Amino acid sequence: MRDVWIAIGVMTVISFAIKAVGPVALGGRELPPAAERLIVLMPAALLSALVMVQTFAHSRDLVLDARAAGLVAAIVALALRASVLVVLLTAAVVTAGVRAL
Amino acid sequence: MLPTFLIGASFGVTASTVGWGVVAPVVMSAIVFSVAAQFATLAVLGAGGSVVTAIIAATLIAGRFLAIGVAIGPSMRGGARQRALEGQGVVDASLVLAKTGEGRYGVKRLLGSTAPQYLGWTTGTLAGVLAGERIPDPQKLGLDALFPAFFLVLVASELTDRASKVTAAVAALIAVALIPVTPPGIPVIASCLAVLAGRVVAR
Repeated sequence: MRDVWIAIGVMTVISFAIKAVGPVALGGRELPPAAERLIVLMPAALLSALVMVQTFAHSRDLVLDARAAGLVAAIVALALRASVLVVLLTAAVVTAGVRAL
Repeated sequence: MLPTFLIGASFGVTASTVGWGVVAPVVMSAIVFSVAAQFATLAVLGAGGSVVTAIIAATLIAGRFLAIGVAIGPSMRGGARQRALEGQGVVDASLVLAKTGEGRYGVKRLLGSTAPQYLGWTTGTLAGVLAGERIPDPQKLGLDALFPAFFLVLVASELTDRASKVTAAVAALIAVALIPVTPPGIPVIASCLAVLAGRVVAR
């Protein structure tokens, strides 16, 4: 439990610093148009990578498990224009279902 | 807010099942406020890893906020201290929710979109730890699938043109390729390089 509190304390400081760097260093600047055109694409890159990591990584191993089925189900729900909540629940229910098999 | 509440609850339940009690998970959600970094800490400590390993893993995971801060930073005004504080309101979803177009972000939109998420995240964590005693195995409920599904919804709203689709596809490939060979966190940070590919096809 002591380790948990140490981790919480240290991560509070580190997380604050990491989130402050960009705004402090670049705030109010006009970036060159070339840089802006790259920045527009950053969300697509970061979020897409997050989906992959959260679905297919188990620490440092590449795994194919029930989460993948949940992701496929979520993609289907999304394609059917389901609401965010329905997409999330679909992913959880299908993942749980495949695990229970 | 409800999706964030659900993900907060899944963090709370998981933390509770590895014996973090009620207070620590809620405090962590309230002051660290970084979904992925918190899950990383939980994963390492919950598996019996050392606190140093946990901090390194969580720092690498949180490292993507350097990139996100670089994307959003130029849109911020005011003094350095104010910008540092406003930067704390940046979450993954901000990249989508605070966008005003052309690579610019609205600070008011940013803080306005983060506030309900903060509320959802902290109250969700609390609900999760309280329910946790009765949920011995959160994976049985598929709670770990909520998080990728949430990011899926966010990325889908980004895929508006050829450049963004190519960027997302290349980023996914980079991430998958790096998962087995780099420490956790690096695949996501390295995936930023995919914007170069997106830029090339946009020409």
